Amino acid sequence: MYKLLLCCRYLRTRYIALASIISVMLGVATMIVVNSVMAGFSTQMRERIHGILADMVLEVNGTDGAPNPEANMEKIRKVAGKYIESMSPVVEIYGMVSFQWRGQYITKPVTLIGIEPESKSRVGVLKDHLKSFQPEMDGGKIVKPAARSLSEAPNWELLESYQRYRRIQVQNQVRWQHQAEPAEQDAEMPQAEAPDKLAQLSLKTFPFHPDAADLTQEANSLPMKDLFEDDVAPKELSIEEREKPLSGRLYVGLGVVSFQYENQKTGKLETEVMAVPGDDIAISTVSAGRPPEVVHFTATIVDTFQSGMSEYDANLVFCNLEYLQEMRGMFNRKTGERSFTSIQIKLKDYNDADKVVSLLRSSSEFPVGLFSVQTWESKQGPLLAAVSVESAILNVLLFLIIAVAGFGILAIFFMIVVEKTRDIGILKALGASSGGVQSIFLGYGLALGIVGSGVGMISGLVFVWNINVIESWLTWLTGHKVFDQRIYYFPTIPTSIEPLMVFWVAFGAMSIAVLASILPARRAARMHPVQCLRYE
Amino acid sequence: MTGIIKMPQTHLSAIALEKAYSKGKLQVPVLRGVEVQIKRGEFVSIVGQSGSGKSTLLHLLGLLDTPDVGEILYDGQRIDDLPAQKRDQLRNRVFGFIFQFYHLLPELNLLENVLTPLMIRHSVWEYWKRRKEFQDLGRDLIHKVGLDHRLTHKPSELSGGEMQRAAIARALVATPEVLLADEPTGNLDNKSGREIMDLLSSLNESRQLTIIMVTHDEALARQAHRTVRLAEGQLQVQREAA
Ligand SMILES: Nc1ncnc2c1ncn2[C@@H]1O[C@H](COP(=O)(O)OP(=O)(O)OP(=O)(O)O)[C@@H](O)[C@H]1O
Ligand SMILES: [Mg+2]
Repeated sequence: MYKLLLCCRYLRTRYIALASIISVMLGVATMIVVNSVMAGFSTQMRERIHGILADMVLEVNGTDGAPNPEANMEKIRKVAGKYIESMSPVVEIYGMVSFQWRGQYITKPVTLIGIEPESKSRVGVLKDHLKSFQPEMDGGKIVKPAARSLSEAPNWELLESYQRYRRIQVQNQVRWQHQAEPAEQDAEMPQAEAPDKLAQLSLKTFPFHPDAADLTQEANSLPMKDLFEDDVAPKELSIEEREKPLSGRLYVGLGVVSFQYENQKTGKLETEVMAVPGDDIAISTVSAGRPPEVVHFTATIVDTFQSGMSEYDANLVFCNLEYLQEMRGMFNRKTGERSFTSIQIKLKDYNDADKVVSLLRSSSEFPVGLFSVQTWESKQGPLLAAVSVESAILNVLLFLIIAVAGFGILAIFFMIVVEKTRDIGILKALGASSGGVQSIFLGYGLALGIVGSGVGMISGLVFVWNINVIESWLTWLTGHKVFDQRIYYFPTIPTSIEPLMVFWVAFGAMSIAVLASILPARRAARMHPVQCLRYE
Repeated sequence: MTGIIKMPQTHLSAIALEKAYSKGKLQVPVLRGVEVQIKRGEFVSIVGQSGSGKSTLLHLLGLLDTPDVGEILYDGQRIDDLPAQKRDQLRNRVFGFIFQFYHLLPELNLLENVLTPLMIRHSVWEYWKRRKEFQDLGRDLIHKVGLDHRLTHKPSELSGGEMQRAAIARALVATPEVLLADEPTGNLDNKSGREIMDLLSSLNESRQLTIIMVTHDEALARQAHRTVRLAEGQLQVQREAA
């Protein structure tokens, strides 16, 4: 009984112990915050990567691809059919996009992916990343409902509003070609009906340039010109023909056709979109033939794609599969046979992934040299491994903080034991056993650990829950953006609290506190009562 | 057990006790064959020069320390070589200690200090069940030593005499059979000293408590049944019981 009472009393009266409580607390809180944020980042990242990559892919080695996706999908079904939910053939190839913005050509390297939107959306997340399926949000409220409902399958049709925008653009272009008055254009353009990006384009002034207003006007008056008009869009086409979107259709990553900048007046991050759905952009890639030749074609943007992984958004351009196959010579006009470079596979249960991979790899249908089978995780292996190594190292370092707190407890406890020498003598004289005296100090250490990790846990969790509020305070306080959207590509700091992690952190802190008190407690236990009583 | 004829009336006895402290290489003998027999209900006072080893003897008798040579018998049973756990128990149940410097626990208030031996004896659960009974016992004793008005004061808020009386209450709460008092009045003025002595005498009479008291003061020593003198590491009878 006396142990409990004295523990409580020491806890209440020894303020020096607060120092160690605080260090335990800080250690626990930091560990919880860092782990939650890192877990948030990595789960978000994994989710996004997984969404784009599908569970696993069967890839043809080499960019020429292999013929007959249907037959190959049938083979896959034969080998591992019971695990597979759906598949989608894909052509993946490097390419360049090129488009005109403000009178300037912008060319970027991209990864060009030919997909069938319908089957692609069944193997991974596609609709969730396409703008026409997303309601427009502003400050957490829906400003405009989504143009397409999520129950609809994605397709290559141009939305009505973009079609209207395209019509105006084509009319302007024709007028320019006929040397018509550029002034008429503004009056005719139905601003209210135009898609927002168009409005942004024409209304917003370019902030960096002193002659911004003039520049914009100039840009607007510049007509949209077909980049390869000599080859692809002969001038003889009627206006009606030209108003129709081209047969090459694209979903472009938002990062490909936009850039972000900080508005110097408001300090807000803004996105400048350089090409919107309805615009045509030029694509260059290589053909599948021998020798590989450069292939150019122009295609119409149908939708923009935003996954939140900047790496993908700034790199991916999805094209309609048939058109890309035709352009790359992966379509045999005589036999009607098409080729593919990979097949994306969605499994019924992702836990079977390793089994399916080994089934496909060992199957004679897909010889190792010609095909490679990978899960999305192994495809992104280095990145995911880097993240987990990073978090492991960080955890070790942070745990050292708590270990330092442990040494603090050790030192403080030795002090307290020395200070309490006489009391230890008294307790022993009154019949307390050595074990009893030892357990006072062990209990005291445990109490410090519990209080420290308890308070640390609560403050850590509160911090995590309010991390975005705290971030905005810090931004306001320092005048410096702490969490830059441009870098991280998340609107807010993602967090994910894993109860098991919180438990282990708190448990670890408590055991360190107890471990640190063992030495002083043993010393107290070994003290000789008479010696203690003589001590003044 | 020891070959010594058991004397039923002997409550506590020491046989050929020796104790030496080593200062570096030098051995400083403090006790050199102390023999003493104390009957049940006897009030014995020990006198001697400062540094003669009175406190050392008391610590040995109360099992706070172990003799180098010799035995301590309690009711004819040897107790100085018992295992630690048994010795702890005896200290808690049989012996009551009163120290020269009171030695109260500064974090606890007066009542809690008085109840410490009971807290040590009982587990949390037992103590909690019987806390009413124990607290009444503690209050009773505090009343007996005349400190009712100081029940919840911390030791730092008490005077020397009050602390000594609290220490006596603490020594009595575990209903010991032997009270070992090391200069209980050493730091008190004459009046407080006399009060403490009266208290001890009355306890000795009312409870048949065996009391062994170390003191410097010859006048106080005379209040005991008999007085022994510790000199040159040995005990001599100075005054026989009347
Ligand atoms: N731990 C120790 N180490 C060395 N010598 C010690 C130790 N404890 C006691 N002594 C010595 O033993 C002798 C007896 O000490 P003790 O405290 O028993 O004397 P005392 O008779 O109680 O004296 P006082 O009347 O002043 O209290 C002293 O000379 C002291 O120096
Ligand atoms: Mg002494």
